[in-house]
Amino acid sequence: MSEGHSTYTPKTGIGRWFDARMPLPRLVYDSFIAYPVPRNLNYMWTFGGILSIMLVSQILTGIVLAMHYVSDTSLAFGSVEKIMRDVNQGWLLRYMHSNGASFFFIAVYLHIFRGLYYGSYKAPRELLWILGCIIYLLMMATGFMGYVLPWGQMSFWGATVITGFFTAIPVVGNWIQELLLGGFAVDNPTLNRFFALHYLLPFMIAGVVVLHVWALHVVGQSNPTGIEVKSKTDTVAFTPYATIKDALGMVVFLLFFAYFIFYIPNYLGHPDNYIVADPLKTPAHIVPEWYFLPFYAILRAITFNIGPIDSKLGGVLAMFGAIAMLFLVPWLDTSKVRSAVYRPWYKLFFWLFVANAILLGWLGSRPAEGAYVLMAQMATLFYFAFFLVILPVLGLIETPRRLPNSITEAVLEKNKGGSGHPAGATASPETKG
Amino acid sequence: MSATDETHDPNRRDFLYIATGMAGVVGAASVAWPFIDQMQPDASTRALASVEVDVASLQPGMSLTVKWRGKPVFIRNRTPEEVKAAQEVKLEELKDPLARNANLASDAQATDLDRSAGKGKENWLVMVGVCTHLGCIPLGQQGEYNGWFCPCHGSVYDTSGRIRKGPAPENMAVPVFSFISDTKIRIG
Repeated sequence: MSEGHSTYTPKTGIGRWFDARMPLPRLVYDSFIAYPVPRNLNYMWTFGGILSIMLVSQILTGIVLAMHYVSDTSLAFGSVEKIMRDVNQGWLLRYMHSNGASFFFIAVYLHIFRGLYYGSYKAPRELLWILGCIIYLLMMATGFMGYVLPWGQMSFWGATVITGFFTAIPVVGNWIQELLLGGFAVDNPTLNRFFALHYLLPFMIAGVVVLHVWALHVVGQSNPTGIEVKSKTDTVAFTPYATIKDALGMVVFLLFFAYFIFYIPNYLGHPDNYIVADPLKTPAHIVPEWYFLPFYAILRAITFNIGPIDSKLGGVLAMFGAIAMLFLVPWLDTSKVRSAVYRPWYKLFFWLFVANAILLGWLGSRPAEGAYVLMAQMATLFYFAFFLVILPVLGLIETPRRLPNSITEAVLEKNKGGSGHPAGATASPETKG
Repeated sequence: MSATDETHDPNRRDFLYIATGMAGVVGAASVAWPFIDQMQPDASTRALASVEVDVASLQPGMSLTVKWRGKPVFIRNRTPEEVKAAQEVKLEELKDPLARNANLASDAQATDLDRSAGKGKENWLVMVGVCTHLGCIPLGQQGEYNGWFCPCHGSVYDTSGRIRKGPAPENMAVPVFSFISDTKIRIG
């Protein structure tokens, strides 16, 4: 795809003058207008665009919120309430920002699951996948630090628990925790540095997004069949086909987003965070934001010592290990076939994995007692088995279904016996994941 | 210099390259250090603020929480039953056999005496009220051992503040403290 020659021809004198000096319009034209995309992309491929919109939205609302927010423990909570009550449109901007974080994560989870289902991480897209994992890590760090800023009870105790992870590291753990906190407990220095980093990280995300898109444009997009583009008939131009499809995806996504902002703005939050932080009183149940819940469940599932590793370090290692699995996926999956469409067993295990991830999320929101602990242990076991056993073994023993010779053949096969409806860029419902 | 010439002997120029490179590394590290160091607790935080607490009003079975270094410190005048229950526990039943008492040697055993304020003051328990798992504040006189219970991840401590069940790895820490009079404790 990248090897295709640029077809950009500036039409005006100014255009030619510019093109000879700094061909930015050419870059935009080649990347977002003439850029060829597989003709069979379905709506699961619109989340890249949706994620870009969410990043921009978070940065814009974040910058204006920072103009009213005060990062001092005695003023932070009040300044957020001032934003809600006194600042013109402050309530809207804050709800856009807090719900925006959740919707950013909804989109990124769908984007990741899309990649897992269609095997988008396989050669030559390993680096593209890893850059995505790095973005996800940066998003988690940003989301965590942002949640601390309102200085409510969940902010404070979430920060205490999460920075407490680092004390599990032998020898240097306590030093690292003090380095993060700037003290012996979460306090004013912690709030100040989290604010500074919360402002910085989104721009680092934007930087990695540029690399992510760059890597994408070198190897080209994968597609629901997982077969590489072979000829010109396999592709359509990015504009108008993908642009319009992305635009519709965004509009539908933003409708859901708007529903949350205007009708249930606190649905995804926690009421305890409307109580100002109290360093001497821990809330009855500390729960992180919903998007961390599966990992939180894994953390709490390790209640036993494993050899020399005590349960605390074990839990922290399991939690970080769960994220590390994602980075290794390109090498854990041994199958030559990308798409789950042609892998009946993988398709089954994929959906079990999705169900298991949702189960882990639910368990993360439950108190750590009784049957919940055992369930979380089983679900954690399946989580790791999926990556470390099922993915490698399945690729060796599974018999995939016959692959079409090309994307075009796959598309025409799907529409066989139908009307003369143009097949380009339309997806069949069963591949929508 | 001449990378293709594999047989050449180290000369003056090689030495200069290595020396310059090393100077660059040391320079970069010494510039980087202030950026890392500023993250550490500052002088006002480090200044070991010690607190003095009047415990005259604490009858047996009553507790007091004071803030020290941003963390809560539990001071409890334990009932004779609580002390007795803690003394009867055998050391091999404990998940963490060390006293974790900053006033004693680091290898002191987690007997109830070594957890408490010492001989003659066995009823007094002074400890940092922070769960050793992930830093929540346990609730007093709750849980299976009628000691402390951490609501976050279910760690259970006994009446001596020793970890008995759940994910926490260590007994709750006893800070440096001393009785400066019969009714006054200085922490830190």
